[in-house]
Amino acid sequence: MRAVTYERATTARGAAQAAAARPDARFIAGGTNLLDLAKLEVERPAHLVDVNRVPGLDRIERMADGGLRIGATVRNSDLAADARVRADYPVLARALLAGASAQLRNKATTAGNLLQRTRCPYFYDTSKPCNKRVPGSGCAAIGGFSRTLAVVGVSDQCIAQHPSDMAVAMRVLDAGVETVMPDGATRTIPIADFHTLPGRTPWVETVLRPHEFITSVVLPKPAGGRQAYLKVRDRASYAFALVSVASVIGPDGHRFAFGGLAHKPWRVEAAERLASPQAVADAVLAGARPTAQNRFKLALVNRTLDVAMRGEAA
Amino acid sequence: MEQHGRGGPTRRELIGTGATTASILAVPGMAQGAVAEEARVADPALVPVSLTVNGKRRQLSLDARTTLLDMAREHLTLTGSKKGCDHGQCGACTMLVNGRRINSCLSLAVMHDGDEITTIEGLGMPDRLHPMQAAFLHHDGYQCGYCTPGQIVSAVAMLEEVKAGTPSHVTDDLAHVSFSDAEVRERMSGNICRCAAYPNIVAAIRDVHGERAA
Repeated sequence: MRAVTYERATTARGAAQAAAARPDARFIAGGTNLLDLAKLEVERPAHLVDVNRVPGLDRIERMADGGLRIGATVRNSDLAADARVRADYPVLARALLAGASAQLRNKATTAGNLLQRTRCPYFYDTSKPCNKRVPGSGCAAIGGFSRTLAVVGVSDQCIAQHPSDMAVAMRVLDAGVETVMPDGATRTIPIADFHTLPGRTPWVETVLRPHEFITSVVLPKPAGGRQAYLKVRDRASYAFALVSVASVIGPDGHRFAFGGLAHKPWRVEAAERLASPQAVADAVLAGARPTAQNRFKLALVNRTLDVAMRGEAA
Repeated sequence: MEQHGRGGPTRRELIGTGATTASILAVPGMAQGAVAEEARVADPALVPVSLTVNGKRRQLSLDARTTLLDMAREHLTLTGSKKGCDHGQCGACTMLVNGRRINSCLSLAVMHDGDEITTIEGLGMPDRLHPMQAAFLHHDGYQCGYCTPGQIVSAVAMLEEVKAGTPSHVTDDLAHVSFSDAEVRERMSGNICRCAAYPNIVAAIRDVHGERAA
């Protein structure tokens, strides 16, 4: 890891200002992804702005409209264990508990989870070309080891997948991402718009502007229905999803969001009116461009949906 | 607990400190780093940090890159916590921070100003074993022993999590958490044992849970 300078932010806006004041500054909260990548020099921050001590960001509060505001530094384990999340947003609790290990969930934060980088092996391997890591260098994943990688929304430049489980649940729950800019301006970004597809700029992963700081994630009032998070992976625990399905069945129709398929949590609202798992899967996967190694994900989506729609989900 | 001094150099003194070695070996990288290199302070000031480790107040000045793990091993000679992967995958470095288990290799020491850290040495030493340490001995919950400190620290925190009613991936009803071997296996999945001593690790944890519940 390259040398870094370090400071602690005391307010959210102050954090944004601190990041703007120094070139190549990065926010650090849990650090579980940033430090992992910094040790490999995939990430090369010159300055770290520690946001762990910003007051209030570690709180979960009920909002006037019945929704929930989750502070940026709420730990994944605390969010999963929160009584309101367990009772009213079980798909979120289930998605969080399906991810990582207990040690990592005790450090990883709500905002950091949304911002985690892909687990594409070539993004991590600095001896290989990667358009996301070094723009214009090429993509070793296309034609390489790709069974874990994206099948929809891919481009000729990048087939990386978004690794988060939590973000898939946030997508099915129509969460909003609240931010502050160095000048104090705030906005709420719908989760559907938050992550981007690789296109010709695979190094761009969200619509966040430079130095824009996530303060919280808001959930609308509880959706009700039967909620589940089904995750299919190579090991029973502590592995990234090959395919995952976050589902809310009823009372106002079905909702499905998918992990392991794309550069962002994948959801096709128009598909949710369809009756059979095959029809939903076909609509969700329209335009898919799988590799020979990850074509199996197409069938896996159908089968996982079938379980979710029949209500056998845990 | 401090390590007791012995005559002659220890193995780790001969090997040298990991952090120093790493910075010497670091070489300028590819063109993508050019902007970052200009922005980088060549020799950043050390950062003061004050924390409690195994009940003892510690004041240190550290390179900001120093992880909690390297702080313990290289600066406090608390070498019980092991460096396995150094990337949060194996769990050998597990420590308690304010009572919660984390991968100490993926957390910077300077981020823990004011925190209370417990390493395996703080749980128990040979003359006063923690019940979990005694149970691992009794059940032969290891073979080479490298992952064992992390397993034990993790297991102690895991039982507290079950006691607090924290759910896991295999909890059927999110509102009702109970102890089972399946829960242990899921909750301990962040600690890898290359020797695959898992059955005996589960038995040791089951034993300590049983004693506590009785």
